[in-house]
Amino acid sequence: MIPKDAYYTKDHEWLKVNGDEATVGITDHAQEALGDITFVDLPKVGKVLKAHDSLLVVESVKAASDVYAPVAGTVSAINGALGSAPELINQSAQGDGWICKLKPFDASAVGSLMTADQYEAFLAEH
Amino acid sequence: MPYIPTTDQDRETMLKSIGVPDVDSLFADIPASVQIPGLNLPAGQSEAEVYEHMHRLSHRNSHDLISFLGGGYYDHFIPACVDELSARSEFYTAYTPYQPEASQGTLQAIFEYQSAICRITDMEVANASLYDGGTALYEAAMMAIRLTGRRKILLDSGVNPIYRNILVSYTSNLAVDFEEIPVVHGQSDRERIIQALDDKTAAIVLQNPNFFGAVDDFSDVIESAHRKGCMAIMSVYPVSLGLLKTPGQMGVDIVTGEGQSLGLPLSFGGPYLGFMASRMDHVRKMPGRIAGATIDGAGRRGFVLTLQAREQHIRREKAMSNICSNEGLCALRALIYLSWLGKHGFKELANTCAQKAEYAKTRLSAIPGVGVKKSAPTFNEFTIELPCEASGLVSRMIDRGFAPGFPLGRYYQGMDNYLLVAVTEKRTREQIGMFAETLEGVL
Repeated sequence: MIPKDAYYTKDHEWLKVNGDEATVGITDHAQEALGDITFVDLPKVGKVLKAHDSLLVVESVKAASDVYAPVAGTVSAINGALGSAPELINQSAQGDGWICKLKPFDASAVGSLMTADQYEAFLAEH
Repeated sequence: MPYIPTTDQDRETMLKSIGVPDVDSLFADIPASVQIPGLNLPAGQSEAEVYEHMHRLSHRNSHDLISFLGGGYYDHFIPACVDELSARSEFYTAYTPYQPEASQGTLQAIFEYQSAICRITDMEVANASLYDGGTALYEAAMMAIRLTGRRKILLDSGVNPIYRNILVSYTSNLAVDFEEIPVVHGQSDRERIIQALDDKTAAIVLQNPNFFGAVDDFSDVIESAHRKGCMAIMSVYPVSLGLLKTPGQMGVDIVTGEGQSLGLPLSFGGPYLGFMASRMDHVRKMPGRIAGATIDGAGRRGFVLTLQAREQHIRREKAMSNICSNEGLCALRALIYLSWLGKHGFKELANTCAQKAEYAKTRLSAIPGVGVKKSAPTFNEFTIELPCEASGLVSRMIDRGFAPGFPLGRYYQGMDNYLLVAVTEKRTREQIGMFAETLEGVL
């Protein structure tokens, strides 16, 4: 169920490494909990982040929630499609609903994130 | 519900249930050295006695003065319909109810108020109002900081000095850098402003007409600001918008102002009305409530609060602002006032104010020793130079029944002999004539 090719945080972000770039989004569990997403306050390309810095805000019909940077890095691309179609996150949280890419990013910190199995266990506990 | 919520008996019951002998023992941990030994509160009085006391106090005010005093707050006529309609019990409450299922009338009034503010400023979106003109300007500066990610604010010294004080004190514990650009002969120093704009500047804060009364077209300054990625904030006097080029036409990003002139009485500091308008692109970074029109399940038009994810009750400490509120009743009065005037009446009001001010200039400049500053066009307020200190002259004029204006030396160094004079539609030709004669007499 939970894609194996990504890493996960306790705040329900996912991070997928692709060579020297990492893609970030929120998990299916997160979108489910938020409900219909109405707005994604996309970060600016070039934004420099430390791990756990607030990356952006996602607004849903229920709440507004911060999304944090899973690891340190610099925003190198954003998913502009979310500007007019934030529901992409609800439809495909780990596919078309990706939020941004980080390049460079702190590859050494990826090991401290959860694997899909660990995240699944984490969800079961919480 | 009784007026006094806890009776002696209630108190007794509560003390007993927590096992404390008396209320004082709840404060036993506070050292005696810092306890207040007692307050000098006189014994209670009857309603009639209190009324008499307050009545006597109110008579110590100077009242029934013929006012030429402005400086951001003006003596405009308030049509009877404003009091009558705003005092209706459906509206008259200190708090603004927001539940759409119970408050369609209130929400519609806020929506229409926002629409009216957008129309007079030529902007795309307005919020439901803020405390007053000064705090609205502070909120605009913070909004520009959020939008640009920069921390420097350029402040034209022609911006109301009271507002500038508010801006600086509200941000004294925040990382905001202010750079003040002094006016030259009461006018904005556009070259220095343009030079000071850089990639650290979040916004330039301007005022039109400025505090000295000078009217300007800031389109060029705003264009320069935008080229540097800076925003332009402008505080405006709403009545002037019936005649002057609007902030929207000049390309301003955030407009704020004091709405007191729109149907609110002058009342020693308030409650007044801060208004704020901006571009739709920036709406999610705007503070305060916003009412929106929508369609309900049955397809009927209705009103709700919208974009609430920006706000204190949802975003908590990360809200766009945690120190703002809506002045619902004051905004309602502004809406009634503007609706009553209509587009034509609003223009006529602005024209009348400007023409009467020009007449006052003519009369005052004829007084030997008095100079009317003519370096810039003005709207309804202008600066005069006196052969004596303005503050002393103000006292002498008050004794003769006039509030002659605002002594500029109070906020601007070296301007002790300058007086800011405001004229509204309420001032008659006779009053202006009497004012000029009386002023000549006390010089």
